[in-house]
Amino acid sequence: MLPIEVSDLKKNYGSLKAVDGISFSVKQGEVFGLLGPNGAGKTTTIEIMEGLRERDGGDVKILGLDPWKNGYDVHKKIGVIPQEFTFIEKTTPREAILYYADLFNVKCDPDQILKDVLLDEKTKTYFEDLSGGQKRKTGLALSLVNNPEILFLDEPTTGLDPNARRAIWEVIRNLKAKGKTIILTTHYLDEAQQLSDHVAIMDHGRIVAIGTVDEIIHQYGSGERLEIQGTEKLAEYIKANTELEVSYDHTRRTITIPLKKRIDALAALAAAEQSGMEWGEIQTREDSLDDVFIKLVSEPLGEQGETAIDSGKKRRR
Amino acid sequence: MISGKRIYSDFKVFSRGFLRNKFGLFFGLIFPVVLIVIFGAIFSGGGSGTTTVYAQNLDTGFGGQNLGNAFLAAMNESGTFQVVTVNITGDFGEYLADKSQSDGIAIPADFSQSYITGQQVNVTVYGNPASSSSGIITGYVNGYANYFNLQYYSNGSEPAKAIIGIQTASVNTQQNQYIDYLIPGLIGFSILTSPMFSLVNISSDYKKNKLFKQLSLTPLTKMEWLTSKILWYIVLTIAGFFLMYLVGTLAFNAHITLSPMLIPFLVLGPMLFASLGMLVGTVAKNPETAGIVGNIITFPMMFLAGTFFPISQMPEYLQTAAHVLPLFYVTEGLNNVMVYDNLGGALIDIAVLAVITIVVFVLAVKAFKWRED
Ligand SMILES: Nc1ncnc2c1ncn2[C@@H]1O[C@H](COP(=O)(O)OP(=O)(O)OP(=O)(O)O)[C@@H](O)[C@H]1O
Ligand SMILES: [Mg+2]
Repeated sequence: MLPIEVSDLKKNYGSLKAVDGISFSVKQGEVFGLLGPNGAGKTTTIEIMEGLRERDGGDVKILGLDPWKNGYDVHKKIGVIPQEFTFIEKTTPREAILYYADLFNVKCDPDQILKDVLLDEKTKTYFEDLSGGQKRKTGLALSLVNNPEILFLDEPTTGLDPNARRAIWEVIRNLKAKGKTIILTTHYLDEAQQLSDHVAIMDHGRIVAIGTVDEIIHQYGSGERLEIQGTEKLAEYIKANTELEVSYDHTRRTITIPLKKRIDALAALAAAEQSGMEWGEIQTREDSLDDVFIKLVSEPLGEQGETAIDSGKKRRR
Repeated sequence: MISGKRIYSDFKVFSRGFLRNKFGLFFGLIFPVVLIVIFGAIFSGGGSGTTTVYAQNLDTGFGGQNLGNAFLAAMNESGTFQVVTVNITGDFGEYLADKSQSDGIAIPADFSQSYITGQQVNVTVYGNPASSSSGIITGYVNGYANYFNLQYYSNGSEPAKAIIGIQTASVNTQQNQYIDYLIPGLIGFSILTSPMFSLVNISSDYKKNKLFKQLSLTPLTKMEWLTSKILWYIVLTIAGFFLMYLVGTLAFNAHITLSPMLIPFLVLGPMLFASLGMLVGTVAKNPETAGIVGNIITFPMMFLAGTFFPISQMPEYLQTAAHVLPLFYVTEGLNNVMVYDNLGGALIDIAVLAVITIVVFVLAVKAFKWRED
């Protein structure tokens, strides 16, 4: 039995297919990254797995249990940071941890947990007076109280400063080392790349790519390519004198040559040298997860929201 | 499944939050006392309104005349009293005590016949010997009896003695001042408003902020959550109760009694209104609607259930209507125990209140959803 098994999961809000038939599973001790633009359906998927929302179709098993029907049992074994974490206003992080420990009937060392999430200097501040990042850290602290087998972290590092992000990565790595299974959503692709064993990229409620980061880059990326700073004339020269595919980007003044074999780079450079023309920096490059993400997701991250609003307005006028 | 430990830890977190929020404390404890002081001061001059006197007219009439009615009508016309004739045949003294009323007049069955035939007949004046109004009423009835007697002489017949006489019977109710009603009324007020407003507010807010969702991820159950809130409001109510009792008796010399019979009201009341608040807060779509619905329920109930003046001073139809208000049974019960010493009446109030409370509590727990669908 795998700790997380999802098959053909569906969730609709009216006519909107927020989650449209996705399947994946996560092995124990694995970090699984769920990526995708705003509104892709990540939070919906995660909350269905947590037993907070009811699914409309498909099957979900968390530690072998149906999270909606057996929520009470599932909740004892999972830790959760919701995307919008809030807590009782007039309660300090330390009190909150002790409260959760009482509710779960577990013993825990609140000071150690606070230290782990880098919140140990804010133990006496009421939740309402904490900064956004400190609130998230409180959320992470609370998700650890019941020593869960699976952690669901919905954007755990959004709004955190670089040090705090790294501290939370450290916490996640430690949890993974202890054999915990972790589901993580994030908009920071470097974070996904650093932490995840497997990632799934979601868009419009569907999974558009799934696998290890390397597999995804390999499958959807364009492979290694040589880039030479130079003129269009040089590009034409190389093209005429080799068997290679050559393209030219005017704005970046860059010649790009996809490398089917690495030795092709030598042929291209030999041709450039032979031409007697000036050329600048050379480098070989491969698509990053960012490049693949932008390619796969119909509208690029960040701008997507604005374009959608703009076209909406135009249509209405 | 219900865990005392979880209720206690939730109680701790909630009460601590409450005590850290000065506004809640003011509204829950100090505000009702301020109202006592304000209303107590306004009305401490003593009421000058007309007194209600209940009357039982058993007169069967004689020769087509019902002089009993005439006697009572004459008294009513004086404007000093409002004479309310009630249609009962049983023991009038008991009826008055039941109604928590001290003053009454009973006219016997042979009143017309005796008067017309010149037989001596007695009107009974019920009253509390300790009360001043009782003496006044006896005096008035005496006056009207003499007036009727004089009319009899002027008819030309020869009187040997006064025909209409007076006898008095004591009713075991005491004469009360406004402040005596005000204290139970305002205790009822704080039993209603504090838990109700607070739970409407918290539950709609927690729903909006997804805090319920978050708590649903812990083993805490809905019922435990609600129970801990109820326990807190019971504590707050009892504290407020003693505060109001002390201010009422020490500063305004209120004649109110303490009795263990008050405990059911101080427990059921907060339980009822906390649950009702919860129900409103979770059923409403958003905090704004919840607040409005909360006010619509709370304010009429507050005014119609005898908070600021005794319910017996309201028109009959409103008194009847008040019986559908849950707060009515709290206020009436508190009055029965603290003011009228009518423990039988209080037991009925407790029974009604217990039923309403359990129904609302169960509805609240059922309607209350931790999660979305
Ligand atoms: N309760 C709801 N009622 C109606 N529509 C909803 C609800 N929750 C989510 N949606 C819609 O479902 C879609 C997916 O939302 P979801 O929150 O899962 O996205 P997400 O991938 O988590 O996005 P983000 O990166 O912005 O957090 C969105 O179009 C959203 O508007
Ligand atoms: Mg989300």
